[in-house]
Amino acid sequence: MSRIEPPNPSLRHVHRAMPHDSAFKHVQGAADYIDDIREPEGTLHVAIGGAPVARGRIVRLDLAKVRAFPGVHAVITAHDVPGKNDISPARADEPAFAAERVMFHGQPIFAVIATTRDVARRAATLAVIDIAREPPNVTVEQGLASGETVLPDYAFVGGDADAVIARAPHRLQGVFHIGGQEHFYLEGQVAFAVPGEDRDMLVYSSTQHPSEVQHVVARVLGVADSYVTCEVRRMGGGFGGKETQATQWAVIAALAAHATGRPCKLRLDRDDDMTMTGKRHDFRVDWSAGFDAAGRIKAVNLELAARCGCSADLSAGVVDRAMFHSDNAYFLPAFRILSRRVKTNTVSNTAFRGFGGPQGVLAIERVIDAIARQLGLDPLDVRKANFYRSGGDVTPYGQTVEDHEVIHRLIAQLERTSDYRRRRNAIETFNASSPILKRGIALTPVKFGISFTLAVLNQAGALVHVYQDGSVHLNHGGTEMGQGLFQKVAQIAAEEFGIGLERVRITATSTDKVPNTSPTAASAGTDLNGMAVQIACREIKARMAKFAATSWNVPEEIVEFRDDQVFIGNESVSFGELARKAYGARIHLSAAGFYKTPKLHWDRAKGKGRPFLYYAHGAACSEVIVDVTTGEMKVERVDILHDVGRSLNPAIDIGQIEGGFVQGMGWLTTEELVYGEDGRLLTHAPSTYKIPVASDVPDDFRVALFDNENHEPTIYRSKAVGEPPLMLATSVFAAIADAIHSVNPGKPVLLDAPATPEAILKAVGDFDAAAALANGHGLPGHGIPGSGPT
Amino acid sequence: MTRNCIQFRSKGRTIRLDRFVPQATVLDWLRLDERATGTKEGCAEGDCGACTVVIAREHDGRLVYEPVNACIATLGQLDGGELITVEDLAQEGNLHPVQTAMAAGHGSQCGFCTPGIVMSLFAHFHGDGERTDRAGINDCLAGNLCRCTGYRSIVDAAREACAGPVADSFVANEPGTIAALRQLDDHADVFVGNEASFFAAPASEAALASLYQRHPDARIIGGATDVGLWITKKLAVLDKIIHLGRAGLDAIEQTADAWHIGASVTLARATPPLASIDPDIAEILRRFGSVQVRAAGTVGGSIANASPIGDLAPLLIALGGHIELRKGDAVRALPLEQFFIGYGKQDREPGEFIRRLIVPKLSAGTLFRAFKVSKRFDEDITTVLGAFRIGVDGGRIASARIAFGGMAATPKRATAVENQLVGAALHDAGTWRLAAERISDDFTPLTDMRASAEYRLNVARNIVIKALAEIAGVSSPVTRILDSREAVDVAD
Repeated sequence: MSRIEPPNPSLRHVHRAMPHDSAFKHVQGAADYIDDIREPEGTLHVAIGGAPVARGRIVRLDLAKVRAFPGVHAVITAHDVPGKNDISPARADEPAFAAERVMFHGQPIFAVIATTRDVARRAATLAVIDIAREPPNVTVEQGLASGETVLPDYAFVGGDADAVIARAPHRLQGVFHIGGQEHFYLEGQVAFAVPGEDRDMLVYSSTQHPSEVQHVVARVLGVADSYVTCEVRRMGGGFGGKETQATQWAVIAALAAHATGRPCKLRLDRDDDMTMTGKRHDFRVDWSAGFDAAGRIKAVNLELAARCGCSADLSAGVVDRAMFHSDNAYFLPAFRILSRRVKTNTVSNTAFRGFGGPQGVLAIERVIDAIARQLGLDPLDVRKANFYRSGGDVTPYGQTVEDHEVIHRLIAQLERTSDYRRRRNAIETFNASSPILKRGIALTPVKFGISFTLAVLNQAGALVHVYQDGSVHLNHGGTEMGQGLFQKVAQIAAEEFGIGLERVRITATSTDKVPNTSPTAASAGTDLNGMAVQIACREIKARMAKFAATSWNVPEEIVEFRDDQVFIGNESVSFGELARKAYGARIHLSAAGFYKTPKLHWDRAKGKGRPFLYYAHGAACSEVIVDVTTGEMKVERVDILHDVGRSLNPAIDIGQIEGGFVQGMGWLTTEELVYGEDGRLLTHAPSTYKIPVASDVPDDFRVALFDNENHEPTIYRSKAVGEPPLMLATSVFAAIADAIHSVNPGKPVLLDAPATPEAILKAVGDFDAAAALANGHGLPGHGIPGSGPT
Repeated sequence: MTRNCIQFRSKGRTIRLDRFVPQATVLDWLRLDERATGTKEGCAEGDCGACTVVIAREHDGRLVYEPVNACIATLGQLDGGELITVEDLAQEGNLHPVQTAMAAGHGSQCGFCTPGIVMSLFAHFHGDGERTDRAGINDCLAGNLCRCTGYRSIVDAAREACAGPVADSFVANEPGTIAALRQLDDHADVFVGNEASFFAAPASEAALASLYQRHPDARIIGGATDVGLWITKKLAVLDKIIHLGRAGLDAIEQTADAWHIGASVTLARATPPLASIDPDIAEILRRFGSVQVRAAGTVGGSIANASPIGDLAPLLIALGGHIELRKGDAVRALPLEQFFIGYGKQDREPGEFIRRLIVPKLSAGTLFRAFKVSKRFDEDITTVLGAFRIGVDGGRIASARIAFGGMAATPKRATAVENQLVGAALHDAGTWRLAAERISDDFTPLTDMRASAEYRLNVARNIVIKALAEIAGVSSPVTRILDSREAVDVAD
């Protein structure tokens, strides 16, 4: 059940639930992805040869058999890189091909270029790779023990947290682990490079960051950026996994094209994709907290140790964002929030929807739950007692939460509509009479900061052309990965010109149309690119209006664009007619729009500033049932209330909320990344790595949009929606913990994420199933020692 | 009579292929040879469903539409069927009802899983009975992963599309399609290739026996749902493939006390007879792979590959099932548990194949229970599966056959647990606990990516207790999150 708000009648296109621009193509298999592009004759295919061990020095690399395999055109290694062997986003710490040292199992060492993908894959298995092995650091604990980090430690400190905790009426401390997450975009990593004249290279890449692909391809080929163009029409899912992680495959495809002079395509097999590309960071959290009898936090001390893998990648921003969100929606009067970026011999972890935020949110939510259990309070009451409020509205990083009342209103509404209190009582009654199936419920908030915390990225460009027939070519720096960005931005363009949506031609993102773009990330795609498009459209519209006013001799202010017409005083002409006339009068009908987010400042050295333009809010109430004899769990009902400001497209926003929630639920329940002691990822396919399926989503799934508008002047007062809903799934984890708590009330629930059946059973601890089932049903326990009702 | 090509229908035409690599997959044929790129590759292991196509075949005078994972289906398996892909649904500019519902109902985001989902829904649209209930839609989608939507919009689209009658151009054209498919049904032995490299589909059991005896190094496939992964993941070269699909091993027969199920009967077709033995078998088979896997995968294949985590074997061992093997003209039968010798090792000679399974029904006074535990309920490989056939007489346990999957290198009986139970009082928690404690005498499970050995032992013990508690009278809504037992059958 989803509630969609009535549209504002004065706006024709925005605030309306319209299908995704490609929906009708998706359902017919007519939407083209990179692997569907018709290949030019002579196209070659690339496969990767990866490291057979996680750590060591390459002693010998014998590729003779690979080269000799029928159909192989070339084999390339680090020695074949004409420019710099460096694919890292910033820190020059990750090569396209390992040259001397191996940093993780599966790390690319060479690439085979052959007539078919099948030939290339078979040939790649024939390499002889001798490596002087060294014992790898795999777990975060091993990494911590080694002392190796990819970046320096960093902390937010306010007051003397340890002293405040020591003096507090109540104190608690603990340790828990938060697992990582594989993106599992349905379209795996793929790139297709087409060489041109001189040293031009056109790269089709399934990437969220075409500009980075362009720049890194140029760097590795040793050519100027202007020789390389990167284009992407759509991705089959991204979720952060194609922000930096698409680059390597584009680079290798381009190297192959450079080496052979022929178009070259590289599409990773799913198992290779999961082995060779980064994932969400897993964390170890050590915490202590001091609080009063009402559960109000006096101080917290959080140590966030992130497994970053073998290189820095985006770990600077990811782990910072974990820190930025380890307050979630709660005022922390005194705090020490320390982060450590632990280096391990595993694939370099990377961006994933929420970008560290979810781990920070889960950390503080576990602290809140622990406080509630210790005090015997309802966790919701402890949450409410700690919300940002007047007099307690400054975050650990110095930003004031200007609209802190939103979370109070939102939670009050959801508490009412979800019937939380009555259901909690009903669950207590159920649990008292149910011997092995236990229910749990939790209602948790989300507050998520919107803007890139790396300030330079908060800029966007757009390119809009109006042709003489009144059709509009729309282009901007954002990429489409399914989130509906192109549809939303097209609605904005149609709204600005007052024309039908069918006149707006959505076009592929390309670095030769809009340069120097930011990744489509941080939930900011629409905020940034929508604004840039609006600016471009308004510039063209102003020129057309001025022309109309001059030609018809009316004041410019009365020229109005709507319903595919331009109303000029008492007359009207079609939009196309005006475009034709304007061209005839030599009016420029093309514009580049540029936008940068206002108000942002961030001093990382001091840990103070305003890194975010605004916050998106939401809350979810989840109810689960757990079998305490097997650890099996099912989510039975979910109520969500989420704040997207004035939604540009409620159907798309609800899709983001539902999809984000379910993805978060997977992260915290069934999705478990298991590494062997040798550093191999053992869960490298969907047969062993389990993302949610349809039956994991409850039929009783109620999603509503919170009635609010952005207090900041964002595009049509909307709010970003890509990442925040993922953290709504914290409610599922807390509800599982609630169910486990009912087995031994008052006892701390030591549940690590993900809450797999095994993790749940471990948290339940010793449980006498025979006694519970016998005594619950009038069957004899027959005086077995230790048997008794639970 | 031998036919040196395969023949199937697609887009209203008959396609005949007489030259292809034996292990060529349907997906590669579509995407690489036909350049029909609407069907996507997501995982190449039959798990994500992005490559789902529908194969329609005649059964009992009507057309049955089954979804299949094209990535792991070999091309030769198409023989005699009608291949329908996502590009085929919209006709004369009109979208199919499932396409309309998916597009208008916001059922796609990135769109990459969408072609597969559309095809699964298309098959469901043509299914029997109630098509709009959530459980049925969940089952229809269990083999289709979507990472964007959270499924709610897809489920709603399924309900919307299936609310109306089963009417579309495919139904309207059914008589013509059936007639065309009958034309293809020539009872010829299919043999494409040469003695060194071939795809063969013998048209009789005798022809199969003879061919396999001549080529004991050939790889037999039923639905290729396992062998398909050798092709796509292990890059195995399978020069000789013998497909069972036409060999007449697809009979389902029953006697008063047993079902006889041919080796090439798909798991989908085997479900009704096996489910009639006990509702727990229906539930385990519902969770076996996905609709796509059950449509292609066969009971013979599930036994022959001897996976320690296959779900069929422990059920059949607990029931006292036998298998019949044939080599040349010689047929032998043996109890199923004796077939599994060790990990990847079975009692099967070169040139010998499984011809059918013999599955006893439950006799009076015996009760059955089975529990599957996995990380995810649907479309997941078993962590632990326990199956129990318990005979009860006057409050005492008269007999016990108990088998587990996921606990050893093969599906295996829990004889220590069985011995502990025989003669013990059923309605006594002490019996349950003592029996459960014997699990560690029977099994020394492994730790792997699914679970630790400790968890497996713990869960296996608790499953023993749950099975006995249920048989003793504790009702399944008290013991199970997923309660599918329609009738309460407990011991007196």
